[in-house]
Amino acid sequence: MNLFTYLRQFFDDPAYRSGYDSIWTRLVEHCEYSAVALLIAIAIALPLAILSGHTGRGDNAISIVAVVGRALPSLGLLVLLAAELGLSLSVTMIPLVLLGIPPILLYTHAGIRAVDPAAVDAARGLGMTPWQLVRQVEIPAALPLILAGLRAAAIQIVATATLAAVVSFGGFGRYIIDGLYQYDYAQVVGGAVLVALLSLVTLCVFWLLDRLLVSPGLRTR
Amino acid sequence: MSGALVHTGVFDMPSYVQSSFLGLIRTQLEVSLGATLAGLVIALPIGQLCSRLPRIYPATLGLVTIIYSIPSIALFVLLIDYTGESETTVFIPLTLYTLAILVPGVVDGIRSVPPNVLDAADGMGYGRMRRYLTVELPIALPTLMAAVRVAAVSSLSLMSIGSTIGNYGGLGDLFLLGLKFFDNSLIWVGLISLLVLSVFCDILLRGVQRLLTPWARSLRSVG
Repeated sequence: MNLFTYLRQFFDDPAYRSGYDSIWTRLVEHCEYSAVALLIAIAIALPLAILSGHTGRGDNAISIVAVVGRALPSLGLLVLLAAELGLSLSVTMIPLVLLGIPPILLYTHAGIRAVDPAAVDAARGLGMTPWQLVRQVEIPAALPLILAGLRAAAIQIVATATLAAVVSFGGFGRYIIDGLYQYDYAQVVGGAVLVALLSLVTLCVFWLLDRLLVSPGLRTR
Repeated sequence: MSGALVHTGVFDMPSYVQSSFLGLIRTQLEVSLGATLAGLVIALPIGQLCSRLPRIYPATLGLVTIIYSIPSIALFVLLIDYTGESETTVFIPLTLYTLAILVPGVVDGIRSVPPNVLDAADGMGYGRMRRYLTVELPIALPTLMAAVRVAAVSSLSLMSIGSTIGNYGGLGDLFLLGLKFFDNSLIWVGLISLLVLSVFCDILLRGVQRLLTPWARSLRSVG
């Protein structure tokens, strides 16, 4: 009748308490896909964006990547790669990684470009090497924006990891896709609420990271 | 055309698609651009309110960010209980998502209006509404339109997830139908058409912006 009835039905069902289809198994799968994709995206995008922000080059290239990233439908890419290259987990990771790259590139680049030039000059005047400048001045000063980019990437990836179920893999999407096929709406609702909760938890994790890592001097705004 | 079991031309849809290629494009444009427009209609007063009462802006921004972080597939399926498997079920979440882009766009746009311009308008005896329509909105327009373009393009691409709850994903339907019926060319057609459509909409909206702000052209040539 209403969503809470379905939710109670889902969470009371012993099938989702333990074993192959348990919430715990699906949570671990979902986090695993998301974490691997996010780490690969970070490994690719973060050094590139720090380099481009530090040297002040590649503004146009990065804005093109941002536009393409926004227009690219992740479901289409996921399905296309699975259909063309086969159903394997590494193929499923490709769209997730591609989804995470544009926000990390965009925010990190913009953050480092926006660091107060006076601070950069002062650091140079103190005799810092370029590496020291990046590590001790530019990255800490750009951290709020860098974290905002990582957050956007993480949330997109967690949301889209749900679609891994469309091409036969696990994660919380399994409940949604299976539920839709089996006309089992309680399962669909359970899956949807779990995915939504996981996204909100991701949001909170990054909010906490922001509180813990960003220098208090930057939080005057 | 769409009745043939084996499709011959690239844009001739096989019978299981249950819609012509142009029909898919029409649905796609109707729902995603409609959602962007609805989002704009909601975001304009909210943004206006936030720029007048700056204290509520962080909370509003937090709220739209939280909504934006709820995965679309989750919102779609949760809405099925209320609006059924229909275009409305896709339309509502898309509208909500555009708010996360449009509300900051409206606020930044309004903030970009210099206060002395507003004073000048007041001094010339402009009423609230007239000042809003003929002074504030036009000056805020470039910033606002940039946000509208981002919202439109992301709605076009997000809508394809609507195919998971039935055939409500516009061109995105071709992704899942292609997968189901082992027709990879259908997936390619869907993906490429969607990308072309996004680029086309972006260019179109840039054109609209140029038409609405004729003074920007002469400003750019001056410097």
